[in-house]
Amino acid sequence: MNRLPAPFGSRIDRSRPVRFTFEGKSFEGFEGDCIASALAASGQWVLSRSFKYHRRRGVMSMTGADANALVQLPADPNAPAELTRLREGMRVTAQNVNGSLEHDRDAIIDRFGRFLPVGFYYRTFMGPGSNGWYRLWEPMIRRKAGLGIVDTAAEHRDFDKAHLHCDVLVVGAGPAGLAAAIDAAEGGADVVLCDENPEIGGSLTWGRHDPNILAGLAGRLAALSNVKVLTDTVCNGWYEDNWLPLIQGNRLYRTRAREVVIATGTIRQPAIFRNNDLPGIMLGSAAQRLIRHYGVRPGATAVVQAASDEGYAVALDLLDAGVRLALVADPRPTAEAGPFERELHERGVQVERGAGVAEAEGTGGNRHLARVRVGRSWIDCDLLAVSAGEVPAWQLPCQAGGKVGYDTASAAMTLTMPDAPVRLAGGVAGLDAPQYAQPIVANKKGRDFVDFDEDLQVKDLQNAVKEGYREIELVKRFTTVGMGPSQGRHSALATARIVAEATSRTVAAVGVTTARPPVGPEILGVLAGHHEPPERRTALHARHLALGAVMKPVGAWWRPYSYGAGDTAVREEILAVREGVGLLDVSTLGKLEVRGPDAGQFLDRLYTMAHASQPVGRVRYCLMLNEMGSVVDDGVAYRLADDRFYVTATTGAVARVYADMLFWNAQWRLKVDVLNLTGAFSGLNVTGPNARTVLQHLASDIDFGRDAFPYLHGREGVVAGIPVRVMRIGFTGELSFELHCPSSFAPALWDAVLVAGGRHGLRPYGLEASRILRLEKGHILIGQDTDAITTPDELGFGWAVSKKKPFFVGKRSIEMRARLGQTRKLVGLRFPADASEIPGESCLVLKDGAPAGQITSVGFSPTLGCSIALAYVHIDDAAEGSMVTVKCRSGQRLRVPVAGHAFVDPSNARQEL
Amino acid sequence: MKLLTCPMNGPRNIDEFQSFGPVRDLIDPDATPDADWSRSLFRAENRRGVVVEWWRHVPSNYFFLAERDIVSNVVLRTYAPPARDGKP
Repeated sequence: MNRLPAPFGSRIDRSRPVRFTFEGKSFEGFEGDCIASALAASGQWVLSRSFKYHRRRGVMSMTGADANALVQLPADPNAPAELTRLREGMRVTAQNVNGSLEHDRDAIIDRFGRFLPVGFYYRTFMGPGSNGWYRLWEPMIRRKAGLGIVDTAAEHRDFDKAHLHCDVLVVGAGPAGLAAAIDAAEGGADVVLCDENPEIGGSLTWGRHDPNILAGLAGRLAALSNVKVLTDTVCNGWYEDNWLPLIQGNRLYRTRAREVVIATGTIRQPAIFRNNDLPGIMLGSAAQRLIRHYGVRPGATAVVQAASDEGYAVALDLLDAGVRLALVADPRPTAEAGPFERELHERGVQVERGAGVAEAEGTGGNRHLARVRVGRSWIDCDLLAVSAGEVPAWQLPCQAGGKVGYDTASAAMTLTMPDAPVRLAGGVAGLDAPQYAQPIVANKKGRDFVDFDEDLQVKDLQNAVKEGYREIELVKRFTTVGMGPSQGRHSALATARIVAEATSRTVAAVGVTTARPPVGPEILGVLAGHHEPPERRTALHARHLALGAVMKPVGAWWRPYSYGAGDTAVREEILAVREGVGLLDVSTLGKLEVRGPDAGQFLDRLYTMAHASQPVGRVRYCLMLNEMGSVVDDGVAYRLADDRFYVTATTGAVARVYADMLFWNAQWRLKVDVLNLTGAFSGLNVTGPNARTVLQHLASDIDFGRDAFPYLHGREGVVAGIPVRVMRIGFTGELSFELHCPSSFAPALWDAVLVAGGRHGLRPYGLEASRILRLEKGHILIGQDTDAITTPDELGFGWAVSKKKPFFVGKRSIEMRARLGQTRKLVGLRFPADASEIPGESCLVLKDGAPAGQITSVGFSPTLGCSIALAYVHIDDAAEGSMVTVKCRSGQRLRVPVAGHAFVDPSNARQEL
Repeated sequence: MKLLTCPMNGPRNIDEFQSFGPVRDLIDPDATPDADWSRSLFRAENRRGVVVEWWRHVPSNYFFLAERDIVSNVVLRTYAPPARDGKP
């Protein structure tokens, strides 16, 4: 076991062992371990195979950023082994292997790498034939590419979303973030401080620092009640006006902050040399994290590459952890010795100046690092800790409008922020020490990786430039550099340097590729959260269920399709309406009350008929056009008073009609207001030859007599003790009364009507019966029988369009369209009872073999004993009795006679009974 | 998510709003030739710079105007539509 005694291992609890398996082998770690640390403690350094060459890969950064350390959990592909906490019984397997991690059949690719040149995809997958990509290459690549495996049968997990509002959000709880949060909170601000690690402190928890610094900051923080600290929380993006997603486990905090302080620190960079990807080669900071967080000794004999004083701190830490230091190689020819370097000298460690690691070699099969070459000498070691410099964590600042620059003198990547309430603090704002830009020279034998995720070597990037891709965004697309899980964290600066060198430009001029959200990978469940679409029920929902209704969704609403299942139920409901009386819940209808002295004038402008002149107590059809002159909605307007109309709109369109009404009036500024009563009022339609008789059985102050309450009249009054608005309108073609009342009264009114109707065979009917009944009468449904270009003339609705009004929305356009000539018309079609096939909705109506229109509604009419339809036909075929050709789904063509709209009672005698 | 300040409801998340497009001159339909009428319906100006747009606060169905730089997406100000006599 490579475990160190306390105080090393701040995250682990040595008294609580945790058992797990990796690649089928049993392992043991401690509570608090991550997968990678527990495996490293047992000497298992190889975690995965690389993307392209299937080389063995292991711990590199201990930050979870790279593909190197992604593993498969049964329900989670691509779990970062360096971050995922160990759980008892966890089953972990390696990813991107063909066979097993140890025996990967694709490892042979490493020896034939020259056949996989940069831009391989673009060069190779061009043929054969026009669909070569889809037929041949795409399925093959799909098998080889990709990382983990999604288990579609995985157990359900709960995800949720919460909202946070604060004065100041501090991202990153390292020394700078802590100081910023404490300052802001002591100044009285409401602060949220988040960090992706399980504890606060950032680099203070793993670097070589005086422990009193963190203890002091933590003490001050604990004394403040106005700081909310969220650990294990990733800030995964910056969006406009300081809107940031904070992800903590399965919860997404949608956070709005007045000010944001980004204190995300820096990203330590790897060095580039041949075989720089061998297990055993890691960032100095990764070695420190293993030692301090997990008490894992990262090797027995180490070489340290130190291009900054931090590298010497790493060397000192390794000594303290009992690692033998074979050599500290400092590639900088000259640099003033820092405090850690001086301390190391005092401890008698050999330091070689002006020399970097030039090459590494592994044990058999490149299982682990065996030796490194510094200058001309080979040094045996099983650990190479690299401190090659750092870059500010630019992802979040760049999303917030920051610009990346490069200071040639200090070889440092810099960030400039816009004038906005987003600030930087700590390492991300500017690096403490000058950086050393080690010249990057391509090794002749390659395997000097710039991008570990994508297996890209120095020559690959140089070749991309030779191919003519000089701009960084093009280099990225051609080579895929920076496209892997680490998103350029360990490759962007090196890529910029290589491209700058190859194009004789400055690093600043080359720059980095655009940073977009998310900062890191996120689980789709976090984005989805709870998904419970809103559902609307009418006040009579429970009544329908009690009557055995089959409920169906209509938009957000649930409506009865029929009472009882099957065609028989529908047929009986239709016959009940035609021969006795039926009852329909029409509560989903849009209901708008238009009030004000200009109400009549307002409706005159919105609808095609005349409403200003409509008498009080009368109900009038209303037809709405858009500015293009197309039919967009219909309903009725009941004039309750001179300055008050009760207007209905179709269920699906009322939200838009309500918006459009106020949009128009924001421009017209008429003295009128509109109230949306859709949910507040319910509606029942009593329809059928016995409708009047049923209502006359109810106690009411309304005279339902034939002469007292004619067709298209409205009355306000009381029915069965319930305040109602009654309109003599219907959709079935039968004698109909529509009773509207406040929704709280609707169940009582429904019950009263059912009781009164009992002896007359009253039967509730559902949506399907309603659809057939209206089709038999030839009534149109907006959106079903109309489309985006339907004009009133095409519906035969010339009667509904006022010729006298000077203006209504769409008037100018229908006049213009009438001059262009009408090409089609909606007509009825009646199919022979013995037709072998009935066309479905959208089936084409042909004229001389070419499409001239289509079926819009079709159904079997029990009243007529045959199937009927509404359809657009060519204008020349629109006369009743013309024969048209309809193409059925099977391709069969039917010759069908054109009928009028109304198949039942064309003279309207029944509805005006 | 962007914030937009509704003159009636104050600053709210942009997903509470619906854009109704740039303010158009209400042209006289009777005095406009067919071609100009079609153009006014179907052709948007889409010029760079500051435009005045109609916005709707959806939950309250309130319409107001916003001056927005359509290059930078910065909203310069929002205000209630003027009354017919020109007074707000």
